[in-house]
Amino acid sequence: MNGSIPFALCGAVLVGIGLYGVMAHDHLLRRLIAFNVTGSGVFLLFGSLSALSSGGATGAVPQALIITGIVVAVASTAFVLALVVRLKEEDVDAPAPGAFEGSSEHDDHAP
Amino acid sequence: MAPAFSALTLFDVVLCVLIIGVALCSSSVRDLFAATVLLIIYGVFVAIAWVRLGAVDVALAEAAIGAGLTGVLLIGAVARLKITESPAAAVSRWQFAAKVIPASLGLLIASGLAYLVLTVEWRETLQAPVLANLPDTGVLNPVTAVLLNYRAYDTLLETSVLFAALIASWCTTHDDLWGERAGLRQHTRRAGILATFGRFLPPIGLIVGIHIFWAGADKWGGAFQAGTIFAAVWILAIMAGVIDAPNATGRSIRSFAVAGPMFFTFVALTGVLAQSFLIIPVMVAKPLTLAIEACLTLSIAATLMLLVLGAPRRSA
Repeated sequence: MNGSIPFALCGAVLVGIGLYGVMAHDHLLRRLIAFNVTGSGVFLLFGSLSALSSGGATGAVPQALIITGIVVAVASTAFVLALVVRLKEEDVDAPAPGAFEGSSEHDDHAP
Repeated sequence: MAPAFSALTLFDVVLCVLIIGVALCSSSVRDLFAATVLLIIYGVFVAIAWVRLGAVDVALAEAAIGAGLTGVLLIGAVARLKITESPAAAVSRWQFAAKVIPASLGLLIASGLAYLVLTVEWRETLQAPVLANLPDTGVLNPVTAVLLNYRAYDTLLETSVLFAALIASWCTTHDDLWGERAGLRQHTRRAGILATFGRFLPPIGLIVGIHIFWAGADKWGGAFQAGTIFAAVWILAIMAGVIDAPNATGRSIRSFAVAGPMFFTFVALTGVLAQSFLIIPVMVAKPLTLAIEACLTLSIAATLMLLVLGAPRRSA
């Protein structure tokens, strides 16, 4: 058995867990956490498949791509958090019925 | 032949089970703060997995960015949302379907990927050409060579993405608060534990960061890992009240944030005069790569620090 197969399978399961969370959770922060789990699952799958094909360590090109991916993931996480915090503040300023459902559309400033 | 099931294989399997277990707990635990803390633990376990896969550069990035920085960002957001938490809990009318359909979709995708892992054979890798051309790049770490030479284009765009994320989150500022300092003012007890840590840890962090930056050329590390450590030191010093949070409209902090992408773009454009866009000449590969990395490290540190502090808010 190749040593990186457990990690590749682990990555596959993490993608599933993350996608479930993104779809099933109501709270936006929970979805964001699930989004991060999906991301690292994809990275783990990708990196361990590279290790699988080279029969040992993860290659340099996949490693560089994954580092790029991690940085882009944290950048988007920071931006989404800024949006979530601002959205919550808007809801407090002008409380709408059923505010902060996450999936519902906000139309607080309708004429 | 090595034994089919060694102690290390057992370690790997246990590690994978732990990673999946922590991910499930983080997804299912009721308390939002607990979910965030579990995500940090998850990130540390994933970093160990990267060490086992021989990807130490990724492990450093995952520990510093994936576990550390994402965790700090989420904890900050949880704390901010708690202040304005509305009592009404979201109750779904389609609770059963709302869980079962995503669960079966997730299961389907996971098993599809697992099937691919177990059946498809991958043979080709780019490792041989990467190593063959390594002398031309001026660095000995193949990952740094890919990031700053072979695929410098990706890294240039990546730093721009980071910068764009900062501008985007600044755009969420209330109009009347623009010009205030980023984040809340920190009040710490003199000689309290945070004040002590705020003076004790930054020098150590700076030395570790400089080492990771310098070692990144030839061994493990690099601009992103070192930049994240510097950002953490910066944030700690602000949290402990040693230095004040920067003002988003300040000129010096903005130049810090833009220096790396600017210098990188400048190098890319001067390459046009010589041969083509984004060419790093072999003759000056090492000093030029290190100069780009140094500028990028500063910019990454400043940008990540500003992203964690978030949009300017009232200095209460």
